[in-house]
Formats: sequence, C-alpha cells, structure tokens
Amino acid sequence: MTDVAVVGFAEAPNVRRTGGTTNGVEMLVPIFRQVLDQTGLTRADIGFWCSGSSDYLAGRAFSFVSAVDAIGAFPPVMESHVEMDGAWALYEAWVKVLTGEADVALAYGFGKSSAGDLRRVLALQLDPYLLAPLWPDSVAIAALQARLGLDKGIWTERGMAEVAVRSRAAARSNPNAQLSGTVTADELLARPVIADPLRAHDCAPITDGAAVVVIAAGDRARELCRRPAWITGFEHRIDSGALGARDLTAAPSAAAAGAAARAATVDIAELHAPFTHQELLLRDALELPDSARISPSGGALAGNPMFAAGLARIGHAARQIMTASAGRALGHATSGPALQQNLVCVLEAR
Amino acid sequence: MTTPLSAPLEISFDYTRSLGPVLSKFMTALAERRILGSLASDGRVCVPPAEFDPVSFAPTQELVQVGPSGTVLTWSWQPEPREGQPLDRPFGWALIKLDGADTAMLHAVDSGSASRMSTGMRVRPRWSESPSGRITDIICFEPAAGEVEAQPAAAGKASATTMITTPVRLHYQHSASAEESRYLLALRQGKIIGQRCPACGKVYVPPRGACPVDGVPTTTDVELPDRGTVTTFCVVNVPFQGQRVEPPYVAAAILLDGADIAFQHLILGCEPSAVRMGMRVRAVWKPPEQWGTTSENIDHFEPTGEPDAPYDSYAHQL
Repeated sequence: MTDVAVVGFAEAPNVRRTGGTTNGVEMLVPIFRQVLDQTGLTRADIGFWCSGSSDYLAGRAFSFVSAVDAIGAFPPVMESHVEMDGAWALYEAWVKVLTGEADVALAYGFGKSSAGDLRRVLALQLDPYLLAPLWPDSVAIAALQARLGLDKGIWTERGMAEVAVRSRAAARSNPNAQLSGTVTADELLARPVIADPLRAHDCAPITDGAAVVVIAAGDRARELCRRPAWITGFEHRIDSGALGARDLTAAPSAAAAGAAARAATVDIAELHAPFTHQELLLRDALELPDSARISPSGGALAGNPMFAAGLARIGHAARQIMTASAGRALGHATSGPALQQNLVCVLEAR
Repeated sequence: MTTPLSAPLEISFDYTRSLGPVLSKFMTALAERRILGSLASDGRVCVPPAEFDPVSFAPTQELVQVGPSGTVLTWSWQPEPREGQPLDRPFGWALIKLDGADTAMLHAVDSGSASRMSTGMRVRPRWSESPSGRITDIICFEPAAGEVEAQPAAAGKASATTMITTPVRLHYQHSASAEESRYLLALRQGKIIGQRCPACGKVYVPPRGACPVDGVPTTTDVELPDRGTVTTFCVVNVPFQGQRVEPPYVAAAILLDGADIAFQHLILGCEPSAVRMGMRVRAVWKPPEQWGTTSENIDHFEPTGEPDAPYDSYAHQL
C-alpha cells in the first residue's frame, strides 16, 4: 500500500470574532501561503483539494464554493467538499492519494462560528423529527453527558477543572490559541456554573478560524519534508444519533476507531474535546498510555473553530513528528453531539 | 483598508418531511396524548421508537404504549432560554426514561429552579391543549411526586400524521469582504468599481477578495463605466417568490467595458425577443436620493442603440 505522510500544516489565529466573510477566504489565503512556503510547493503541484465547512454555520448557501476563490481554481482543479470538520476532508484526500489519483493533496477546514448563534445552529445537526424541533442547546447536551459521568463517579468536577488548567498552560506556547494562561483548579471551581454542571472553563470558546494540512505519497513526501509524519492508521466510526439510546459516558465509536488505528502506543495525542469531561472520556476510550502528553497545543478548549478544530488537531500532532518532538502521535476529531462521531489519525516518524 | 460592511441577516425556511411508518404511528399517538415505544428483538423498549431494530437492524414491527410518567436519568439547566425552545423561562433539560421504556428521551422539565432538579426525580408530561402529532405536543415535563393522575386522552385526529413541517429561523451578522465593501460604498456614490489582480492583471467586478486564477487578494481599484456588452442571457418566464419584475423578462450576463468578468443584471426597455448576444447596454440608475450600498441602485440595463460588439470581443467569456 502507498505510504502517505503529512508534510505541512498551518492554522489561522483562533479568535472570538473576525471581521471577514463566512466563506473563509480572508482566513484561508494567508495559511495557504504559509503551507506552500513550508513545503516549497506551488498551487499547481496540489493534485487534489478538499474542504470541510458548513453552510448552516455560514448562513449562506454554497459558502464553500466562494472559499474556492482562495485556491485560485482556474484553470479548473480537482476539488471536493465535506459538510464536516476538515479532518474528514483530510480522510477523503488520504483516500485520493492511496488510490494514486494524486501524489500531493491539501485539506482545509474553516468556520466563522461567531456569525450566528452557535448554540442554536448546532441544533440542526440533531434528529430532525424528535430533537431539532425542541432547539436543544449544544452546551446543555454536553452538560447532560457530564452529569452522567459525575453521578457515576467516572470523573469529578475537580478532574474536569484540571483538564482546563492543563489546556490553558499548554496553550501559552501556541501563538494561535484563543485561551491560554495560568489558573488553578480552585480558582476555576469557585466560578459559577453556566449550564449546570458545566462552568465556563469546561466549554470550548466560540472561535473563528481555519486550518490546512498537506499530505504526500512516498518519495514525494520525503522531498517535501525532512521528517514527514507518516500516517499509519486513519479510521472513523459513528454512534447512534438517538441521544437517550446510548451510554453517553462511553464513546464506542472513539474506542473502535482508536483500536483500529492502533492508538494505544502514542507519545502524544491531540484530542478534539470541546468539553473538559470529553477529554477524560476520550483518554479512556482510546486507551491512551499514562505517559502520553495530551494536547500540547492546548486542544479545542484553547480554541475550537468549527469545522477546522479537528483538522488542526491532526496538524498539531503531525507537527510534533515533523519537529522531532514525538515519535508517534495521534490526532483526533469529533463531530455531532456528545462525541457521536470520532476520527483517529495515527502518525509516526521513520 | 475599508472597514467591512456588515448587517443582520435572518434566514427562515420550513422543512417538510415525511415521517415513515414508525414515526408516523408515534406522532399520531402523541395527538391522542399517548406515547409509544418500539419493541426491539432483544425485548428492550426504545422511546422514542427506533425505526430499525437496534440489534437486528430489521424494520421495527411492534409499538407499545409507555409512560406517561418517567424518571430523570440526567439533567442540565437552561438559565436563559433561546428562541424556539419549549419554555420561555429558565428550565431544565433532561434525559427521561419513561415507565416501561429502556431508553431515554430528551425533553424540557419545568421545575422553576435548578435546585428542584435532581437525578432520579419523577416527572410527567404536560400536554398541549390541542395536540397535533408532533414532539412539541408534549410542551414539557413537570415534577410529579407520588402517584400521577393520567391526563385525559385527546380525541386525536381523524387521519394518521404522516408529515411534519419544522420551521427554522436563524440569525446571523453577515459581513461583506473588504473588497465587496469598497464596491458597495462606491455604488452609493453612483460609481462602479472593480479591482485588478496584481498577478494576472484581470479586472473583477464585483471585486472578489481573491483572484480565482492566482488565489491572491485583488488590491488596485479600477473605476468602470456603466455600459457594456451582453455576453449571454436568459428569458425568465417562471414566477417565483420575491420577483420584482413581471415575467417574461431578461436576466443577462453583462461585460462592462474594461472588466474581465461579466456580472448579472436585468435588461429592460425592449422586448425580451430583441435581446441578443453582443447587444450594447447601459445602466439605468434609480434617482440618487434612493441610492444605498446596494447593486439595486442600478434599476436595470437598457439597450444603447450602438452597433453590436463583435463576437470575438466577448467569446472568451462564454
């Protein structure tokens, strides 16, 4: 089978609000430039482009088509789109390279989460007959999951606060992070709940942002990058959309994707956990070793651009390999309510 | 750098969906103030009903009545209700396992305060006065201590509920790009500006933010005349919501003199049958006191009477 590696990664600053359009062009043009400069590629070298974004988030139809302007798509390019996080766009790009359709491919994701009321927009990803008509609040659904784990003693409010403490401390070395700093669990636990039992620190901020990852096959990857991050496992799985029919304190789809991608032997894991308790849940589901460093970028709690944050996790994991900070790294992405869908990408140095 | 223009944008539409055999029975029962679950092959009862068996994946065959009371498995609190939610005062969200069910349903609980919510609390549905076969026939659940008196069944509807319509309304702050903003601000002055790509030299109108050939921002403003050539057109015969002009009329791609991309506008002031490729046209502006930051400042285009542009002058646009 063709060996495929991540050879480049860039992300836009994670910010609460940008003045730009919802088609992402303003965020994408600079990071395409960065990733092409990193790799020495030109736009003409990219054999396949794939994006992840959402028209519900953008509040307009075909926002991803306008985003294609940032590619410079004339003469025509081979291009595709998923209405999902860019991590799933990367999966499609990976398949494209595996099948020999392209030797270099670029995946990107973008989201201007600030354009609408994110907690209402996300209701539209729910069952349209039984749930969406109630307009359930996305943070409230995560809170239902958090309380189940608290009641069962699987995690504690202090353990959740410590996740936030670690995330913000790690994010101090990530110049693109939205939230970073030094706080203590005691300080955080003294603050009020916003969606009982969740406090503000338990929830990822609302973030505008974009991310881009370039992959290449075999020798082409070695030409483009001194230390490519070789993809050794790339898997995604999904759980039932019926919230009350599955055990929300487990994530069978994460466990299955992790086992298939051989997640249990990594040095670092970048987890797309938009809520503190979800990071604790994912560590168990993926059976990560205690020695694994978790989300050295700060993770989604330090900045969660919708439709880009999962792809950015894979990018940050790959960067750990490319900079020789890790030998084996995992990038994870999630989609849907309460960790319904999970994707795992395991990368290694050679 | 122009500060980008932005404005509130409301998007609303109805989703109309067919329910299928299982949810149709579930919704029809709600209209009679009854709650149904599906009987799975392993003996479990799923509420709301599963359309396909969670174990064997066969289509669900048997539905059984459950509840109406149930037990809260987990809850959270909505201190500030959002548009469209079941209650307009602070309320709880809960996963509720109805008596006789093995799975839980999500709904609101009207407990008055978070201190009156707890895992394990007993709740009962509060029904709509006029249930019509939708999930919101259950307005919410409410705390129920001890034995519960069943609310009287409703007569239901004469026929089964087979469709539901869900209205969606979303609010955004829509932003134009910096380049689009310059274009819209110039229109307010009665001018049309495009922008030139610094790499390939092509002039785009409206300015696009990034050149689709080179993927770089377009930077240099170019003022364009308000006359040009019809490159292609269609005759609109179909009425639609929001239509400003009575059909038949012509929507055309117009290549302004000096531009490298056509833009769309109306051609009025002649019979639709007289419009042709290559026809020379000019803008008919609304009175200046009506101008805003909008393309509608130009009411339409009309023929100039000049000789048609030669085909070769616009062929590359087609």
